Amino acid sequence: MITQMLFRALDRKTAWVALLILIAAAAVPLANLYLPASNPLHVPDYAVPLFGKYLTYAMLALALDLVWGYCGILSLGHGAFFALGGYAMGMYLMREIGPRGVYANPILPDFMVFLNYKALPWYWNGFDNFWFAALMVVLVPAALAFAFGWFAFRSRVTGVYLSIITQALTYALLLAFFRNDMGFGGNNGLTDFKDILGANIQAGTTRAALFAASGIALALALLVCSMIVNSKLGKVMVAVRDAESRTRFLGYRVENVKLFAFVVSAVIAGIAGALYVPQVGIINPSEFEPANSIEIVIWTAVGGRGTLIGPIIGGILVNFGKSIFTGWLPDYWLFALGGLFVFVTLFLPKGIVGTVTGLWVSTRRRPVVAAAEVLQPEPEAAE
Amino acid sequence: MPSFRLLPIALLLFGICFGFAAPAFAQASNIADLVNALGVGGFPEREAAIKALVDSHDPHVNEILQELNDGRLFVSSDGGRVYLQGGTADAPTYADPITGAVAADVDPDTMGKVKINNAVRTLLSSAMSQLTLRSPDRAARLAAARDLLKDADPANLALLDTALAAETDATVKSTMEAARAVIMLKTSASDADKKAAIDTIAARGNKDALTILTTALASAPADLKPAVQADIDAITRNLQVWDVAQNVWYGLSLGSVLLLAAIGLAITFGVMGVINMAHGEMVMLGAYTTYVVQETVRSVAPGLLDYSLAFAVPAAFLFTALVGVAIERGIIRWLYGRPLETLLATWGLSLILQQAIRTVFGPTNRQVINPTWMSGSFDFGGLAITQNRLWIVVFAIVVFVILQLVLNRTSLGLQMRAVTQNRRMASAMGIRTPFVDAMTFGLGSGIAGMAGVALSQIDNVSPNLGQNYIIDSFMVVVFGGVGNLWGTLVGALTLGVANKFLEPYAGAVLGKILILVFIILFIQRRPRGLFALKGRAVEQ
Repeated sequence: MITQMLFRALDRKTAWVALLILIAAAAVPLANLYLPASNPLHVPDYAVPLFGKYLTYAMLALALDLVWGYCGILSLGHGAFFALGGYAMGMYLMREIGPRGVYANPILPDFMVFLNYKALPWYWNGFDNFWFAALMVVLVPAALAFAFGWFAFRSRVTGVYLSIITQALTYALLLAFFRNDMGFGGNNGLTDFKDILGANIQAGTTRAALFAASGIALALALLVCSMIVNSKLGKVMVAVRDAESRTRFLGYRVENVKLFAFVVSAVIAGIAGALYVPQVGIINPSEFEPANSIEIVIWTAVGGRGTLIGPIIGGILVNFGKSIFTGWLPDYWLFALGGLFVFVTLFLPKGIVGTVTGLWVSTRRRPVVAAAEVLQPEPEAAE
Repeated sequence: MPSFRLLPIALLLFGICFGFAAPAFAQASNIADLVNALGVGGFPEREAAIKALVDSHDPHVNEILQELNDGRLFVSSDGGRVYLQGGTADAPTYADPITGAVAADVDPDTMGKVKINNAVRTLLSSAMSQLTLRSPDRAARLAAARDLLKDADPANLALLDTALAAETDATVKSTMEAARAVIMLKTSASDADKKAAIDTIAARGNKDALTILTTALASAPADLKPAVQADIDAITRNLQVWDVAQNVWYGLSLGSVLLLAAIGLAITFGVMGVINMAHGEMVMLGAYTTYVVQETVRSVAPGLLDYSLAFAVPAAFLFTALVGVAIERGIIRWLYGRPLETLLATWGLSLILQQAIRTVFGPTNRQVINPTWMSGSFDFGGLAITQNRLWIVVFAIVVFVILQLVLNRTSLGLQMRAVTQNRRMASAMGIRTPFVDAMTFGLGSGIAGMAGVALSQIDNVSPNLGQNYIIDSFMVVVFGGVGNLWGTLVGALTLGVANKFLEPYAGAVLGKILILVFIILFIQRRPRGLFALKGRAVEQ
């Protein structure tokens, strides 16, 4: 059955994209490590973690797309799951530093020595094992998403209200992680990492391996999402998005469908966060900023929500643009980003991929144009 | 200049020459001699001279001591006369400290400052407060009485008694009586006197009285102890009540700020079902309008600077309302029926507006002045109320009332309510819903602009001003529910008061987190807020 699902998931487009990502995951590190600097195809050292970061962002956008594009849940707090995954990884990396910190305490990370901690807080136990941290990367965002979704979807909190309380969630976490007595490094977060799995985190080979891991994770996430949206469950998700009440009246447990999508999405976001942290070398509470979470939405919207490839393209494209733009005209980046929000919502509601596909379909089979309109939900009935 | 280098040596010689002769000066009864004695000898002699001056009861003494304290008294090395330095640093003039007559024949190079050290300074301040107890200025007397209350010195008892006998002002008198009572407790007065003193202190009933009584409890005579303890308990209870009242006041003050920030949002959300993410930037634009109006008034009519807020309120309303209408016509109307997209577009707009303000006005804070009629504070019972907070509460109430009138008594308000309740039906009845939408958005934005005027008084006017309030405003709106301004009012005040009550126990940040968690849980129970519109419509 699983092979059958896998087969169905691998419609031609997705398979090509997944393959492309895997090729990139292998080619970029190889081009960085083995091609001489003089070769035009050589990837410079600084670019590897940078592109790796884009891949984790793409994964995050994909996670958001699963709930927003396919289930109609606009989460303005997805950055929280990303950051939680990142913190779980950061805690492991902090424990890996061991006695090499500034205060040379074998157990306590530097900031705890600085803040006069006498012993490790209980929730830091176990994070010296990679497997435990990896488990937490998955479990913590999943547990939060489950608890939050369980209450929210059961109470039928929908639409703008849901968006606002997801924003409240990430804002509350932002404030909480800023506190020094939370035991997560407060304002400064976790940084100064040395090793990951015994390998120097600054080394070129480690960075290349992290890049490859990000690429593989992204390809896997794409495959999983594709399996979900192409299954019967995926069809119900789309039904929930387009006509929630109608789906409920047909006998589907809408809240369970939403909860499933929300938890899976949180897990993908958490893994993306865990891959992000070792590549940028820091995790701090600003990752919980509500503004960051809204930015994820725009990546998804630019690429095209309701398509799996769209958010990947959007995540990479917008962030690549951001890197270039902030280096070139730093004062005007917010104009560009803000303009992008307005432009995309007004003129590209289906995003790049949706629009291109729409054009493609309309040139080949003219009468089917109307089908592309289905994406737009009906106007909300007056309350 | 060699004469300057020689100055310290000259002064030193001078001090040695006259040091032993100082007591002779202190005996003199002439006020001029007493003043000149200040310039003679070392610090101990100076203290003696100050005491002699105080004992002289001359009306000039207070002023002269103040000048000495400020370092404006100078002594000439030839003849030892003390002068008051005036003029500029480059061209000082020297005058007689008593008569004020400028002495023309003084050579600045021969003058040295009459120096004071900390011991002298302490003596000076105590001497000055003693003297001000009898000053004709009420405020000065009150300040002096408070000083005495703070460091009650039995040595001042006689002084206080004479001042009390002459005092006519009730407030000053009660402060002096309290100070006297505190001094009495320190002396070896009879138990009856001490009992009376304790009653006097207990009658004040504030924190200071509590501290005084708590320290007095240990040294009190055994038969007075129960009385003191009872007084302490009574004051503690009383203070707790006032503490609660103070928290309620702080909460109402915070709540009124939240109300101002959220009420415009509630209107647009109620009518259009859209959360306007650029709402915070409307508040920010209002605050910057206040700044621009202030600067215009400063350059056109500086005399009216104190009243520039009166111009800023309508200006901010009009400006942000126009911006709001432009946003609605330009962007939002293309996105009807897609509330989540509108949310994104307005977020993008908020980024653009922030950056635009940053480009025009720069990233640093702009200074908006507090008008004199809004600054300062006063005590109301045990409450300390700052004027600007009080004005903001009043302003919020006024805005709320006006808005209620607009919604309930004007045809536009009627149309807005109709559109809120049933858009299609309202449209079928001939209401131009697009026009109502534009007007609603303009009204909501205009109110945000007025909120910005108020916030410019208590917060930094920076491009990020709106960001600090936007999430709180959302919370108020979703908590209060849509379509009903009372919901917003109750929501804002509840959240404000709850926040301030949590703060002492949980700390500011944890308190805020608890509030957020509470709202998240509350929304589960009532997904449409406190005051939800009742209706049969199913969402979607």
